[in-house]
Amino acid sequence: MAMIDEPLYPIAVLIDELKNEDIQLRLNSIRRLSTIARALGEERTRKELIPFLSENNDDDDEVLLAMAEELGVFIPYVGGVKYANVLLPPLETLCTVEETCVRDKAVESLCRIGAQMREQDLVEYFIPLVKRLAAGEWFTARVSSCGLFHIAYPSAPEALKTELRAIYSQHCQDDMPMVRRSAATNLGKFAATVEAPHLKVDIMSMFDDLTQDDQDSVRLLAVDGCAALGKLLEPQDCVAHILPVIVNFSQDKSWRVRYMVANQLYELCEAVGPEPTRSDLVPAYVRLLRDNEAEVRIAAAGKVTKFCRILNPELAIQHILPCVKELSTDSSQHVRSALASVIMGMAPVLGKDATIEQLLPIFLSLLKDEFPDVRLNIISKLDQVNQVIGIDLLSQSLLPAIVELAEDRHWRVRLAIIEYIPLLASQLGVGFFDDKLGALCMQWLKDKVYSIRDAAANNVKRLAEEFGPDWAMQHIVPQVLDMINNPHYLYRMTILHAISLLAPVMGSDITCSKLLPVVINASKDRVPNIKFNVAKVLQSLIPIVDQSVVEKTIRPCLVELSEDPDVDVRFFASQALDSSDQVMMSS
Amino acid sequence: MNNGGAKTALAPVGGRQMLDWKFSQVFGERTAGEEVQEVDIISSIEFDRTGDHLATGDRGGRVVLFERTDTRDHVGHRRDLEKMDYPMNRHPEFRYKTEFQSHEPEFDYLKSLEIEEKINKIRWCQSPNGALFLLSTNDKTIKFWKVQEKKVKKLCDLNVDSTKVMRNGPIVGSSISTSSKQFIANGGCPSNDFSFPIGAFPSLHLPVVTSCETNLMARCRRIYAYAHDYHINSISINSDGETFISADDLRINLWSLEISNQSFNIVDVKPANMEDLTEVITSAEFHPVHCNMLAYSSSKGSIRLIDMRQSALCDTHSKLFEEQEAPGSRSFFTEIIASISDIKFAKDGRHMLSRDYMTLKLWDINMDSGPVATFQVHEHLRPKLCDLYENDSIFDKFECCLSGDGLRVATGSYSNLFRVFGCSEGSTEATTLEASKNPMRRQGQTSSRPSRSLGNLSGIVRRVKGADNSGVNSNGTTFDFTTKLLHLAWHPSENSLACAASNSLYMYYA
Repeated sequence: MAMIDEPLYPIAVLIDELKNEDIQLRLNSIRRLSTIARALGEERTRKELIPFLSENNDDDDEVLLAMAEELGVFIPYVGGVKYANVLLPPLETLCTVEETCVRDKAVESLCRIGAQMREQDLVEYFIPLVKRLAAGEWFTARVSSCGLFHIAYPSAPEALKTELRAIYSQHCQDDMPMVRRSAATNLGKFAATVEAPHLKVDIMSMFDDLTQDDQDSVRLLAVDGCAALGKLLEPQDCVAHILPVIVNFSQDKSWRVRYMVANQLYELCEAVGPEPTRSDLVPAYVRLLRDNEAEVRIAAAGKVTKFCRILNPELAIQHILPCVKELSTDSSQHVRSALASVIMGMAPVLGKDATIEQLLPIFLSLLKDEFPDVRLNIISKLDQVNQVIGIDLLSQSLLPAIVELAEDRHWRVRLAIIEYIPLLASQLGVGFFDDKLGALCMQWLKDKVYSIRDAAANNVKRLAEEFGPDWAMQHIVPQVLDMINNPHYLYRMTILHAISLLAPVMGSDITCSKLLPVVINASKDRVPNIKFNVAKVLQSLIPIVDQSVVEKTIRPCLVELSEDPDVDVRFFASQALDSSDQVMMSS
Repeated sequence: MNNGGAKTALAPVGGRQMLDWKFSQVFGERTAGEEVQEVDIISSIEFDRTGDHLATGDRGGRVVLFERTDTRDHVGHRRDLEKMDYPMNRHPEFRYKTEFQSHEPEFDYLKSLEIEEKINKIRWCQSPNGALFLLSTNDKTIKFWKVQEKKVKKLCDLNVDSTKVMRNGPIVGSSISTSSKQFIANGGCPSNDFSFPIGAFPSLHLPVVTSCETNLMARCRRIYAYAHDYHINSISINSDGETFISADDLRINLWSLEISNQSFNIVDVKPANMEDLTEVITSAEFHPVHCNMLAYSSSKGSIRLIDMRQSALCDTHSKLFEEQEAPGSRSFFTEIIASISDIKFAKDGRHMLSRDYMTLKLWDINMDSGPVATFQVHEHLRPKLCDLYENDSIFDKFECCLSGDGLRVATGSYSNLFRVFGCSEGSTEATTLEASKNPMRRQGQTSSRPSRSLGNLSGIVRRVKGADNSGVNSNGTTFDFTTKLLHLAWHPSENSLACAASNSLYMYYA
C-alpha cells in the first residue's frame, strides 16, 4: 500500500471508493469526479480515469446516471475541447444500458460534448459513434442513436450526410417499436439540421412512414413532429404536406392520437397561416372539443385559451365559444375542471363586451359547479377576468362559492381555497374582504385538521403583508390574540405559530406592545408543549425586538422556562437563551 | 421429422402427421414415497420469446430459470444458428440456470389479509441488452426482475491502506477533519480554493480491479403494487414494449413498465352493488401484434375483445365471443363448467384458444358467432360433476397453450395427464400423455388399465384426502383429482412441451 500525504488523504479515499461496495460511497465519489480528475491531472485523467470509468458499466443505475451527468461537463478536466473525444467511449457504453433515464442522460451529455467538439473531431469520432450505435444489435443502442443525429449531421461531408439520412430512415421502419418511437420523438430536432431540398424529400417520407405506423404509440409521437416540421417548412409546403396529416390525425381511430392532436393543434396554426387555419384547423379543433372520448375533450378544453389567442376574435366567438358553452355543462367533471382552469384567460382575448355577454354566464355556472375543483380553478384565475370586466359583476356569485369551498368537508379543498385567499383579497379589495371573508380566516385557525390550521396561520401573515400593519392591527391581531384562551392546547399552539409569523410583518412596536405580552403569558400554560413552543417563538422574536426588551422581558421568561420540570421545555428554553447570547455578542 | 428446423420447414408436414412425443428431461423428480412440500409446487411456467429460456414459479414465491443448452454455444448470432441445419434428433434441452426469491409472504395490515407468496404468473419481457427481464406476480404485487451476469470485483492496490480504512469513508473522513480543518466528512473533499499543482499528484492512482469471475444476479428493478383490490390472475406484456396489463377478478389495469407508482384502470366490471355481481374476469392477454387490442375471459364463458383506441375506459367491448348453449342442456353445473380458466392468442394474432372445465375452444377473432373448433378434454367426467363439485375440483383452473406454428393445442388434466390436439384443417390428432418418464403409457389404453398404474407417485398425496378425490369412470379408469396438471407451456418455435406435475417439471419433444 502506498503512503499518501495527509492533504491528499481525502482524495485518495475518494478514488478508492469509486469501487466501494457501498453504493452511497460510490455515488459520492462519482459526484466528486471533477475533484479526482483535478488531482490526477489532465493527462492521467485521459489515460487512466476515463478508461477506468468505461469499464464501470454494470454498476447500479444511480451511479451510472451520476456518471453520465458528470461526464457531460468533463471537457475542462481532460484538457479542453481538443481532447473531448476521449469522453465518448464511456458515454457510448452508457447509451446501451436498459434503464431509460441513464440512456437519456448519456445522450444529453453526448450532445453537450458534441456541440463543443471541433468539426474534424466530429467526423473522426462522433459520427462513427452514432453509426455504431445505430447499427447496434440491441434496440437500446439504436434508440439512443436517434437522439444524436442532429449533432452529427451538420458537420458531416456530403456522402456521410446521405448515409446518415438513410440510417435514420431505417430507424423509422425498425422492427422494434421502441426504436421507431425514438425516431419519431427526435425527428423534429434532426429535421431542423437537414437542408431544405432533403427536408422536403427524405424527411417528409420518413414522416409519412411514421404517420402510417401500425402502432398507436408511434403514430401519436409523430403528431409531435407535425408541429416541429410545420415550423421548418415553407407555409405552402406545410399546407400541402402537414395539414392533411394533422386533419387525418384529428380523426384517427385511436383516442390517444386525437388526444395528442388536441394538445398540439394550436402550434400548427401559425405555421400554416390564417386561411388554412380558418378552413381546416378550426373545424378540426371544434371536432376535438366535441370528441366522444372525455380524455380528448379534456386536452382540447385545456387549450381553448391558447387556441383563441391565435384566432381573430370573430372566429373565436363564432366557432369556439359555442363549444365552450357545451363543455361548461359536460358530463365529465374533469372536462369542466380543465375548462375552468383556462377559461378565465379568454376574457382578455374576447374583450369586455363579449366577455360580459358570453363568458360571464359560463363563469357563473362553473362557479356553481358541484365539483369543487371546477370552482377552485375559476377562483384561482380571478385576476385575469378582473382586468377586463372588474370584479363587481362576479362578486355576487363569488362569495357563496368561496364560503362553500371554505366549509367543504374535504380538507384538501379547504386548503386549496385558503391558498387563494391572499389573491382574492388583493382582487376584491379591503372593503369586500372585511365584510365577508375576515370571519372565515379566523374560523380556519380553529379547523380540526392541522394542515388547515397551519395554512390559516400563514394566510393571516400574508393578509397582513397585503393590507399592511395598520389594517392588520384592526382586523386580524385582536381576533387572533383572543383565541389564545381556547381551552384546547392544539388551538393555542396554532395561535403561537401565527404570532411568530405575524411578528416580522407587524414590526417591533406592535410586537412588543401586543404580541409579546401574550406569548409571555402563555409561558405559564399548564401544557408543556405550549411552553416549549413559547420558547421557540421567543427565540424567533429576539432579532425583531429591541435589545432592552430582550433583557427585560424575554430573557427572564426563558430563564424561568429553562428550569421547568419538563425536559423538552428546558431544552428549547436553553437553546433560545444560547441564541440570545449570540445575538448580544454579535451586537 | 426435423424437429430442430425452422418452423417454415416444419409446417407443411407437421400439420397432418401425428406427433410422436418422447420424454426429454425432468427437473425436480420425486423419488418414490417422497412427500411433496406445498412450497415446491410449480404454479407458473413460461418460455421466453426465443425459446432459449424457460421460467417456472412456485408456491413458495421462487422463480427458477432454465436455459437451453443444445443450440447455443454463446458464439455467433442467433439468426445464423437458426439457419443452420441441426442433426435429425436434436431437440431442445435445458439446464438449470439460476433461481431467486421473487415474492415473500406478506400481511396487509389495513385489510387484515395474508398475502401468499405464490407466483401466479410469469411473463418474459423483451431484452434491451444481454440481460434477462421478466415480470412475476403473486395475488397483489407485480415485480420486474433483471437477471444478469455480474462481475465479481476484487480490488487491490488501493491508495489508502485498507486496514486503516476498515469500515468506510465517513469514519476516515471524520478522523481527518479533526486534524485538518480543510476537509469535510464523508470521504472528504477539498473546497474549491484548494490549489491543485500543475503536475497534479503522481502518488495517487486508481484502484485495480482484478478477478473477472462472473455471477448471475437477479435484481428487482421495479415493484408495481397497491393497484389491485382482488387477486391478480393474469399479466400480459404489450407488443409496443412499453406497457403491460394486470388483471384481477374485477378490473384490468394498464401500466408503463417504467412507471411503478401509477396505473390506469381500463376495464372495471365491478357493479355498484356487489350483490349484483354475476361475472368475474378470469384471464386477460394482449394481442401479440396489435398494441391496442386485448382480450379477457370471464367466469360465464365469454371472451371480450377490446380496442383501447376507442376509449380510455374500455368497459364496452368491441367484440364478444361466446358459444350459445344448447337448449335444454342447462343444469346446475352449466355456468360453473363454462367458466374460462385461461386464454391464449396464437402467434399470428388471428386465433385465440380458451380452456373451460370440459373443453378447449379455438376461436377466430374474425368470427364471433362461435368457436372454429372445440376439443373435448373432460367429457368423460360429465357424469361425475357432482363429485367434482363436492371436492371443489370443478373449480380447478387448467391452463392451455398453442404451438408456435399454431397447428396444435395442448392442455392439462387430472392424474398428471395432458392432451395434445391437432387443430389444422382435417386433423384428427388427439393424444393423451402422462407427465412421467414414459409419456405414451396412456396411449391406446382403455378400460383394462389397472388403477395402481399411478404407482407410488400419487399414493402419498391421495392418502391425505381419501377416497373423495379419486373416482372410477364408466370404463373403470381411475382419476386422481389431486394430481392435476394445471400448468404447461409450448416452446415458441419447436414441438417441445414443458409441463408441471406438482413439484416436477417434465419436458417432452416430438
